[in-house]
Amino acid sequence: MGTSSSEIKLLGTAASPFVNRVQFVLSLKSIEYEYIDENLACKSELLLKSNPVYQKVPVLIHENKPPLPESLIIIEYLDEIYPDVHPILPSDPLIRADNRFWANYIDTKVFPLYEELRKTPEKEGKEAIKKQIMEVSQLLEEAFLKFSDGKPYFGGDKIGYLDVVLGCFLGWTKFVEKHNEFMIFDEVKTPKLLEWTKRIWSHEALKDAIPGSETLMNFYMMLMKYKPPRAA
Amino acid sequence: MAVKLLGIWQSPFVLRVKLALSLKGVEYEYIEDDILNKSSMLLQYNPVYKKVPVLVHNGKPMAESLVILEYIDEIWKNHPLLPEDPFEKARSRFWAKFVDDKFVPMIIRMLRITSDQKDNAAKETREILKTLEGSLDPNKPFPEDKSLSFMDIAIVWVGYYTQMLEKMLDVKLLDDENTPLLNTWFRVVLNLQVIKECLPPFDKLLTHYTNFHERHTTAS
Repeated sequence: MGTSSSEIKLLGTAASPFVNRVQFVLSLKSIEYEYIDENLACKSELLLKSNPVYQKVPVLIHENKPPLPESLIIIEYLDEIYPDVHPILPSDPLIRADNRFWANYIDTKVFPLYEELRKTPEKEGKEAIKKQIMEVSQLLEEAFLKFSDGKPYFGGDKIGYLDVVLGCFLGWTKFVEKHNEFMIFDEVKTPKLLEWTKRIWSHEALKDAIPGSETLMNFYMMLMKYKPPRAA
Repeated sequence: MAVKLLGIWQSPFVLRVKLALSLKGVEYEYIEDDILNKSSMLLQYNPVYKKVPVLVHNGKPMAESLVILEYIDEIWKNHPLLPEDPFEKARSRFWAKFVDDKFVPMIIRMLRITSDQKDNAAKETREILKTLEGSLDPNKPFPEDKSLSFMDIAIVWVGYYTQMLEKMLDVKLLDDENTPLLNTWFRVVLNLQVIKECLPPFDKLLTHYTNFHERHTTAS
């Protein structure tokens, strides 16, 4: 019961966790789509026209509707047009509000802190940011305990909104950990989240959308070139 | 009371929530938070950000103005704020987020701007406003009290606070040549009854932020 691939197009790049996020949802809902790969160092006419405000991926194009950017907005849209297969957001308004709050938190903290770490040249500065990252993962561990309530995912028995919102960063998290020699999720401070990361990595619907280390390294090199670290 | 709103009078994010509650006729207790002493209620209800607005409904707190707006729309079904069509809903969310992503950092910058940098900042602000004008459909009638939507209440404060910045810094931001439709939209919507009742007094806002600006731009 898939949808024809011409109905949905996704503009993206393999290394973008925000694109991966949308791919997770499309996969969970068994939605077929056409993937259009973008080179962010040389953006296509289509991307610039589709997202003139931000010029970023992901952008979703559904049938002949205007293009839709912003991963969280795209996910809510997909959940509304395909509500019957694997609902992503919970139905209770209070839990929805809590989910949306934490999605907002994740987006203001996780990737921006990884970027900040990359851009900070001096060791002292890097150590301070690493400390912040670990504080964030501590808070996320508490959030996981609350939302999962003993079950395997933030969404409970099945993958839900926050599993997708946080899960898309796992490739980069591994990369940042290795590159900076520290643990973001570990057995001592964030044991439940560490277990959760293993579940996400191996999940049928998600594992193909998590980029490999080579893809990430290429993207990292591009970032270092076009958005170099601050002068020390 | 079942609904409490923790806020500060000058916050445009608190204004958004006040407007939503007002439009739906929801009775609530408003509690002015003393930000200098960060009341213990705030720390209890929003330990993550320690910021207002916080809506407490039947003892359950929630934070982030746009998240609160969506919750209010889901609980109280009269005067729906978000459109029914999923794409139009997405579009409303996009422009609300745009204002937070682009305009808020700009205001924060302007409140600390020195006189040598203000013209540049004003130019960038006008560009942001020009983009925002693109969100308006010139063929659609202007909203009235009974038709105010999620997008309207997410955006309307921009006009008010921009007028305040113009006076404070003596710069032109709402240029009729640059954003004629947006300026008219702001003029009409800021004059609606339900909006006027919730806006903080203009002179009080101007004095407050003028003092803020002076404190942050005077050499210590």
